[in-house]
Amino acid sequence: MSVSDLLSLLPLLIISGAAVIAILLVAIRRNHRVMHAFTVFAFICALAALYFQPYAVPYVIAPLFVVDAFALFNTGLILLAGLSVLFLSYSYFEQREERKEEYYILLLLATVGGMVLVISQHFISLFLGLETMSISLYGLIAYLRARERSDEAGIKYLLLAALSSAFLLFGMALVYAESGKMDFTGIGAYLEGIHTAPVAVVAGFGLMVIGVGFKLGIVPFHMWAPDIYEGAPLPVAAYIATVSKGSMLVLLMRFYRDINGYEYTILWWVFAIIAMASMFAGNWLALMQQNVKRLLAYSSIAHMGYILIAFLAGQEAGQEAVIFYLVAYVITSIGAFGVLALMSDEKNDAENLQDFSGLFWRQPWLAAIFTGMLLSLAGIPLTAGFIGKFYVVAAGVDAELWLLLILLVINSVIGLFYYIRLVAIMFQPLPGPAVRKRMPFFGIFALSALMGLLLWLGVYPSGLIAVIRDMMLTMG
Amino acid sequence: MILLAFILLPILGAFVAWLSAAVNRSLPRWVALLVMLAGLVLSAGLWWQVQDDVYFIGDHWLETYELPWMPRFGISFSLALDGLSLLMLVLTFFLGALSVMVSWNEIKERVGFFHFNLLFVLGGIAGVFLTMDLFLFYFFWEVMLIPMYFLIGIWGHGNRIYAAFKFFLFTQAGGLLMLLSILGLYFIHASATGTYTFSYFTLLNTPMAVETGRWLMLGFLVAFIVKLPAFPFHTWLPDAHTEAPTAGSVILAGLLLKTGAYGILRFVIPLFPEASQFFAPWIMLLGAIGILYGGKLAYAQTDFKRLVAYTSVSHMGFVLVGAFAFNALAYQGVVMQMITHGISTGALFMIAGSLYERLHTRELEQMGGLWPALPKMGVVTMVFVMASLGLPGLGNFIAEFLILAGSWQAAPWITIAATIGLVVATVYSLRIMQKVFFGVSQREYKLPDLSLREMLMMVPLIIAIIWLGVYPQPVINVAGRAMPSVAIHSTK
Repeated sequence: MSVSDLLSLLPLLIISGAAVIAILLVAIRRNHRVMHAFTVFAFICALAALYFQPYAVPYVIAPLFVVDAFALFNTGLILLAGLSVLFLSYSYFEQREERKEEYYILLLLATVGGMVLVISQHFISLFLGLETMSISLYGLIAYLRARERSDEAGIKYLLLAALSSAFLLFGMALVYAESGKMDFTGIGAYLEGIHTAPVAVVAGFGLMVIGVGFKLGIVPFHMWAPDIYEGAPLPVAAYIATVSKGSMLVLLMRFYRDINGYEYTILWWVFAIIAMASMFAGNWLALMQQNVKRLLAYSSIAHMGYILIAFLAGQEAGQEAVIFYLVAYVITSIGAFGVLALMSDEKNDAENLQDFSGLFWRQPWLAAIFTGMLLSLAGIPLTAGFIGKFYVVAAGVDAELWLLLILLVINSVIGLFYYIRLVAIMFQPLPGPAVRKRMPFFGIFALSALMGLLLWLGVYPSGLIAVIRDMMLTMG
Repeated sequence: MILLAFILLPILGAFVAWLSAAVNRSLPRWVALLVMLAGLVLSAGLWWQVQDDVYFIGDHWLETYELPWMPRFGISFSLALDGLSLLMLVLTFFLGALSVMVSWNEIKERVGFFHFNLLFVLGGIAGVFLTMDLFLFYFFWEVMLIPMYFLIGIWGHGNRIYAAFKFFLFTQAGGLLMLLSILGLYFIHASATGTYTFSYFTLLNTPMAVETGRWLMLGFLVAFIVKLPAFPFHTWLPDAHTEAPTAGSVILAGLLLKTGAYGILRFVIPLFPEASQFFAPWIMLLGAIGILYGGKLAYAQTDFKRLVAYTSVSHMGFVLVGAFAFNALAYQGVVMQMITHGISTGALFMIAGSLYERLHTRELEQMGGLWPALPKMGVVTMVFVMASLGLPGLGNFIAEFLILAGSWQAAPWITIAATIGLVVATVYSLRIMQKVFFGVSQREYKLPDLSLREMLMMVPLIIAIIWLGVYPQPVINVAGRAMPSVAIHSTK
């Protein structure tokens, strides 16, 4: 590897190095505050390194990685999402009894996995990144092991993720056995060279869809999502919802484009059916949900369905829409989980609908942020979610996916019901006098920043749209 | 620039009102009232100037304003004002100021947030009436929903959450279909001409296949007739109107319903002249059904506000009949109907609110014999009940007469059905008077008659409705200038 190779991987190296140093730090002396500060520092360094990357040309580190504008953008998204989760983590873990320091090591490692995923263009790096992330997530999900649902969630994720990895691995092996290639472009060239794909390759892609679908939490591979969201510590749930799903989505986009997936109608229909099923199942199951964590889990399933519509629309507009929607979704999800995290006390997470009753009169700013996030999920104007949904619908109309769009409209209305129900609960009158809980500064700061971003993207999205457009053009 | 002021004034005022609640509990009321009065003065002043034809720009647009917003999609912050928008703006600020005054004693909780929502919804409505970019239109269309949802959901009566939900879901569903149509139009225009734009002026003459035009038109139409509301999409209206606080009912009936009518006149007919002609008989039929069915349901109600709510369904049926008759007479009638219905129904809701403050009930069965106790209120109610049934000399008569005279040329049978609606209107309107003010009272305690504040609200309304009934020419003049793009456009 040359120096320029290493330089282009600098953000990844910083985070990996930070994980090692973090382990040493724990060995020297346990201190939650120092550990938190160090991790934040590492993320900021990585972001700074990212900022100084040359932007324009795709840089290939054969055969595993490619660093292009698309990868850089998504690396930035992952780092910012991780940083926001970190800000919300400190107070959440501080008031809990377990040893807190290892959490940060695992978070750094999971981030390494995500960052590898978004730059990989090869089966090996794909699998390495995926497993690095998954294994860290097992630990993260079961981190508060004294809690009753924590073990269950951790074991469930472990078993299902291992299973899905096995599917993915087997699928990759089948594709490799027939094509002799493991890099995405090579597979694309192989597919172009043959008339009809052999059964083994078709089966291989089918198995890979299962592996990818599991990570994205789309129907019918979504069963884990509500249980894991419910059992995992709240910042971890936010992390899974955004970084884990987002990096997989980015990988899927790159893979799909490199193998010219849009030319294969069967693959298209598979994803179309998954999208429809995800929208309906997600919204339908969220409709009467009493537990806010599970509600957010189901809503995220539905949102993956919306994203898939943009994904299926293909072309430039579709891919831009996916990325824009992803950005909006990341901001919104972290914001929503962040509100839950800040509202939680030592014993219980704030997860029941009653916990939110009259929140607007107790914690106006927190409730305003949560309302903003929910309205963004519902796609109401002035929020990023509205522009995202508009982008998705525009891409869909352009590609004339009328059936999917009509279903999206129906689902938006169903979705609206449970979002505004939650809003209505927050505005219920208080039975007694309001008791204000003091909020941690960093948590409120992070949430306010997210809220600011949400509104800014909702009112003036041109800046981000221009960046995404440039990025898609250089991707070629 | 003045167009931007019409939108920014209420929206900035909304934030000021919210913040000012921290200083003094009644300060938000004054802020809101001042903002609305300022808007009223500005818009009325503009109307005054227009009389001398000073502000003519281009075809019939009095004022335009444009800023690029999202060039990637061809979206611009484009505002324009013609006679129709101007009249609607005046109505918005007029009823806006009244709805602030009507809440003066009614709203005691969370005053700052209430006025924030009130001003925000008015800002959104002003935006809807002014914008000439379809994306921006959809944006404002949705923006006005959320504060209205809060107004109903927080300060409403007993069943408010259900009503707020229903209102929100119905309008949102219609709105999303409209979004699909807007985008369909956008891409069809782009593929035909190569320019991606949401500008109303550019999209006006989009060449498209007959079939496509009809589908797109239906998308728009659904959004607007849900809002209007027309049979069979009217079921959200009685709930929302009944459960909303008085100011909410006034804004709903007086302004939000008018956005639906405005959308039909501004977008559906000019953008899709062929499809409008094609569907016109069916839409007029829906209108006639709405007139009769709404009137019948109104007669059957025992709740004052619910009764008035159903009269809206009936009166809005006239708008539908008139708008799709495609002639100048009916068109002027529709514009008149939008204004006079806003005034008369707004006034009836205010009366319902005043009665509720005094009696703490809306049940007609528990009222009766109130004339001796409340003579001033009785007179005011009499005026607006007469307006509602279409008594000559009051504004509603002019409106409905023009509509019927116009639609007779287009569809005689539907006009006959609609005319029967006037008889129904007489029945349910007189029933209000009968049940509330006549008969024998069982009450033994004294009730306070209209206060000075209430008189200040009612007198301008009475003056307006009589003025519109006796001398409607200024309104017809101003609206007439907007007409070429709307009514005549489709008669060729």
